[in-house]
Order: sequence, then C-alpha cells, then structure tokens
Amino acid sequence: MSIKGKAYIMGAYEHPLRDAPDKSTPQLHAECARGALEDAGLTKDDVDGFFCAGDAPGFGALSMIDYMGLKNVRHMDSTETGGSSYIVHVGHAAQAIAAGKCQVALITLAGRPRQQKGGGGRGGGGGEPAPEAGFENIYGGSTHNTYGMCAMRHMYEYGTTSEQLAWIKVAASHHAQWNEHAFLKNVVTVEEVVNSRMISDPLHLLDCCVVTDGGGALIVTSPEVARSLNRPKVKVMGAGEAPKGPRGGLDLDLTHSGAVWSGPRAFAEAGVTPADMKYASIYDSFTITVLMQLEDLGFCEKGQGGRFVADGNLISGVGKLPFNTDGGGLCNNHPTNRGGITKVIEAVRQLRGEAHPKVQVPNCDLAIAHGTGGSLGTRHGSATVILEREA
Amino acid sequence: MSETQEKPALMTRPIPAPVVNVESQPFWDAAREGRFLIKRCVPCGKAHWYPRAICPFCMSGETVWEESPGEGVIYSYSVMHRSPTGPYAIGYVTLDEGPAVLTNFVGVAPDGLTIGQRVNVRFQDTEGGPPVPVFAPA
Repeated sequence: MSIKGKAYIMGAYEHPLRDAPDKSTPQLHAECARGALEDAGLTKDDVDGFFCAGDAPGFGALSMIDYMGLKNVRHMDSTETGGSSYIVHVGHAAQAIAAGKCQVALITLAGRPRQQKGGGGRGGGGGEPAPEAGFENIYGGSTHNTYGMCAMRHMYEYGTTSEQLAWIKVAASHHAQWNEHAFLKNVVTVEEVVNSRMISDPLHLLDCCVVTDGGGALIVTSPEVARSLNRPKVKVMGAGEAPKGPRGGLDLDLTHSGAVWSGPRAFAEAGVTPADMKYASIYDSFTITVLMQLEDLGFCEKGQGGRFVADGNLISGVGKLPFNTDGGGLCNNHPTNRGGITKVIEAVRQLRGEAHPKVQVPNCDLAIAHGTGGSLGTRHGSATVILEREA
Repeated sequence: MSETQEKPALMTRPIPAPVVNVESQPFWDAAREGRFLIKRCVPCGKAHWYPRAICPFCMSGETVWEESPGEGVIYSYSVMHRSPTGPYAIGYVTLDEGPAVLTNFVGVAPDGLTIGQRVNVRFQDTEGGPPVPVFAPA
C-alpha cells in the first residue's frame, strides 16, 4: 500500500536550546512535543500515535507516554535506527495513518549529550552486548574514525579531495549565519576547514558536526485532520528505508550508503526524481556523509560528489541544490548526536515558506529529507522521505 | 639539539579485554595459542567475519572454524589523532580468504599506511582478557 498523499506533517518544533544544563531529558521531550502540538494547533489529547527511538529514557515510548500524560495512544513505534530513526518514523507514521491505526502521530527526540559525556542514546540493546562487540568494539571505533575510513576510501576510489569536502561545511556555515539559534554562526572558508586540526584522517575538526543538547518533534496527521487545521499542509509523498552493513565481511563497501536503496524507494513512491527537488535536507554528521548521500540519492553520478558540492553549489541562492538551510548538524545543532528530526523540521520550514528569508528557497514546493543512523563505516540505517507543499 | 632526525613513533594502542561468549570461545582459545581462526560455512563454502555459528550468507548452522594465515590488504583506514594514548589506526583488512576484518594497525608510523598495502595478523595482549588480532605491514 502506497503512503503517497495519505498523511501530512502539520506540526514541527525545534528546541531553541543548544546547552540544557537545567532541564531533564524527559522534560526536553515534552517541551518539544508541546511545541509541535502548538504549531499544529492540536492538544495532547488529540495524539493517538506515539513514535520515539533509543534516545527516549527508561522504557522509551512507555515512559514518555506516561510522563507526558498521553491518554489516547493506540499506536506505538520505537523503531531504532540511530539518527535516521525519526525519518523512518515519518514513513511509519504515514503507514499507520493510512492503515487507520492512528490519526495524530507525535514523534519526539531529545537529549543532553553536552551534560552527559558520551550520553547520546544508542538504544535497542536490551542489555546484551552487540553480537559483533567482541570482534569490533575493542578497536577504538568512534563516529569520527569510522566515517574517516569512508572518506579515505572515497578519496582513493574517486579522487575526492579535502577541499571538495570542505565546501559542504562552507555552505552550511553560509546558512547558519542567519540562524539565531545556530551553535556556530561564523562563516568559514575552504582554507579554514582544511587547515583546522586533524581529528581522524582525512576528517578535520571542521568536517565534523557539532554536539548539542536539545531536541525536536513532529506531528503527522491524517488528511482529514490536516484539513481541519489552519496551517500550511506538507504532504508525505514517499518514504524509503534500508539497513546496510558489512554483511559477513564479503560485501564491505564504504563508498556507498543505504541511500542507494532507501532513496529510489522514496522517489518511486512519490513519482518524482532527484532533479525535481527544490530543497534537500541531508544528514550531515560529517562532510563525507553529505557527499556520499548526494551521490547515492542520485543528485550526481557516483564519484562526482566532490565536483557537485564545490563552488557553493549547496548554498541557497547561489547553487543548484540548496541544502540544510538552518546550518544543519555541521553548524546549527545535533541534539543527542542524532540529526534526523532536524532534517525534517527544516524541510517543513522550507515548504511552508517559513525558513529565514535569507535562505528561503523561492517557490519551494518539493523537498527531500534524508538521513543515516548508526555508523556509515560499519552498520547503518538509511531513511528518505519526499515531502510536498499542498497549495 | 640533536642532529638526528626523530623517527615517527610506531603506533600502538592499549586494547581492552574483548567480550567472550559461548559462540566465540573457540576463537579466543586459539588466540591464546597465537592461531587466527575464521569461520567457514560447509554447505555454501563461504568464509565470513566476524565469526558466527549461523552462516550470514545461507543461514546454515553447519559452520566450521578454519585456521587462517591472517594475510590480506588494507581496504581502508583512518588514524585517530584525538586520543589520550597517542594516534592509533583503525581500518579494514580484506583477508585473502575474502572477508573484511575490522582491526587496529600497529607497528607502523601514523603516516605509514596506504590502501592496498599488504598486512598480516599478530596478537596483542589485553587487560585481563585473551589476546586480540591486530595487523601490521607485512
């Protein structure tokens, strides 16, 4: 069953805090939920579907539903695919709505990684170590060096350069200067990126995203509920998801992400192509993450990502494909080390015409929000949604 | 001031004890004897990594341990500079048997690694656990 046109994103809220020493994690979840409900013009008693991932404390959905006093929930989903979870949730919420399981779905993310060092929720573990733990966790793998391996291999296979990767940060910084909440607001140059401290070869400090507290929430509703609300309607047109991993060690391929599968699924369902997109929210945990995903989603040929992002092509008003106009994870925020939900939020702003005037894409009627979660260098989830403004 | 040029330090990294369970115990027993084992599926014939009782390719439960010389080439790597114990290299080695192995590279300077370089296995002691496989230039 296709979800095309079966659900609408009617509420979106991004927590303004980037440092939250005086708030608890459940409190942040609830503040985001309240913000998204107010944005949609709904109340918590309208919520009959709840979606969260491994960042939710305690028993996840059960703990948060009780904390927030949601008394009408009849559909729950705590699918955990790292930072891509919340993009997966948009697709799952649309499916649940299309199947009549709920009418008003609330999706939340929140966390305080700046207060709890290494505290980004991983989730889904159930207490038992991962099956690969004995053979992998011992080697000091982190997001930095596992994504570094991807960049290293991409450079080896396609001649991608550090200067090309740097353009992605430059574009994000051009957008972040207009975002009063952005963690980093200074515009940077290619030279500043490639001359910043090496973290894990070939990724420099400025190739990495920020780490912030905060969160976000989304409200996905049935067409019937959407029509009853006095808000611009953002229609869910297509969704795709895919896992990817080394698969027994015989299929290791660090130059491709799961977007090679999740992207075409979402585009096919929506009946559109990458060339139709007016705006792209692309998960930017690192510069290489963006470059690989743009290739895998079909915005350019494989291996041509470096050329595609160069010379400001991702800068709104300058290049062909405006991306992450809030500054993204590279400059704006990366709450609880999971960026998926903020990708959807900025896409909603663009489609509503509510992005900052300096970065708003004229007549933005079709957008993509895409993300990976887990680790691009080992196991990751990939999720894509195509969203359309309904006139 | 010394006239001799300082040689770049060779990378090492303290490695914690690995999680050992009933499924992986034979691997670690062999590691204590300096032998590197991989798993191979009898029905489909494919070797895989990390080792599993159930073949990840055909789901057969008939998998056997096989001693490997532990030789292969570097698929990719990254040298982590933000480390309290000095730079260390993580990477994947594509074994001659086929599977790719996540590992640390040791006995080499931070700028001494290249993709495609031949490497072989050695075992490094851990804190209170069995020794673990690491790789060094052949």
